[in-house]
Amino acid sequence: MSEPQMELEAHDHPGYGVFFIVWAVLLVLTTLLVLLSRTGQDAAVWGLMIITPLKAALVFYFFMHLRYEGLLLKGVVTVALGTLLIFFALLFSDVAFR
Amino acid sequence: MSEAATIHAEEHHDYLGAKLGMWLFLLTEVLLFSGLFIAYSYMRARYPVDFHHAGGELNAVIGVANTFVLLTSSLTMALAIVAIQRGERGRSLLCLGITMFLGVVFLVDKAIEWTSEFRHGNYPGAHHLAAQPPGEQVFFGLYFTMTGLHGVHVIAGLLVLAIMTVLVARGRIDRDRFILLENTGLYWHLVDVIWIFLLPLFYLAA
Repeated sequence: MSEPQMELEAHDHPGYGVFFIVWAVLLVLTTLLVLLSRTGQDAAVWGLMIITPLKAALVFYFFMHLRYEGLLLKGVVTVALGTLLIFFALLFSDVAFR
Repeated sequence: MSEAATIHAEEHHDYLGAKLGMWLFLLTEVLLFSGLFIAYSYMRARYPVDFHHAGGELNAVIGVANTFVLLTSSLTMALAIVAIQRGERGRSLLCLGITMFLGVVFLVDKAIEWTSEFRHGNYPGAHHLAAQPPGEQVFFGLYFTMTGLHGVHVIAGLLVLAIMTVLVARGRIDRDRFILLENTGLYWHLVDVIWIFLLPLFYLAA
């Protein structure tokens, strides 16, 4: 690894604080998801469709350090998950119109 | 020392390559679970009422508690990496210890939950479940398959975490060489992400 790269990585290391904040947000979102699910089936499904991917995105972006990665890693993950999303959309459209 | 001996003594490090390789592996894991998520989605659309009844039989309190446990273990895992990047080995070891403890707590909770379902006869092949509507049988089949596969990943993660703890304690992982710990963290966080999806699928929105 070249020295400039090492330097860049050393400067890019996140501190403790950001992870505590993300953790707190994840706990709040989980609580919100549980409360929503108690109000009814539709609300639970909306919670599943919106809050759950948001929680997963927070883990990917902060805990899994995607925020601090270069375009290559971000691109690989985005393309893979995007392709997966298309397959899910195709499946749901097929089920919905049967 | 001769030039050949010097070259032999140097370790090859490829930080980006190691991380990219780990991410590619993780994406195959995502695809593995996605197949099961698709199976769940299709079956839920086919048997909505049966899934609703079967989901009501699960212990949502344990499911939610386990979510808090895993989210907290993800926090301590992330903190362990920050600590090692700063050269704080003791703090990193403490965080790794807490992460493993929380992983074990998750498995104990899961064992309690599964035992309860076994007692109620809600497992594939049980006479009680065989008498239930087909949708409920499918629900519990998916429940045991998906949470079981996830549990295997938690066990694998704990084993790798134990090895990493030894490496950190021996100084093989330090502020200059932490990619092994970082990749272990990636794996642990992915296990967390999978559970984030399993919670609403089985306990809240079924």
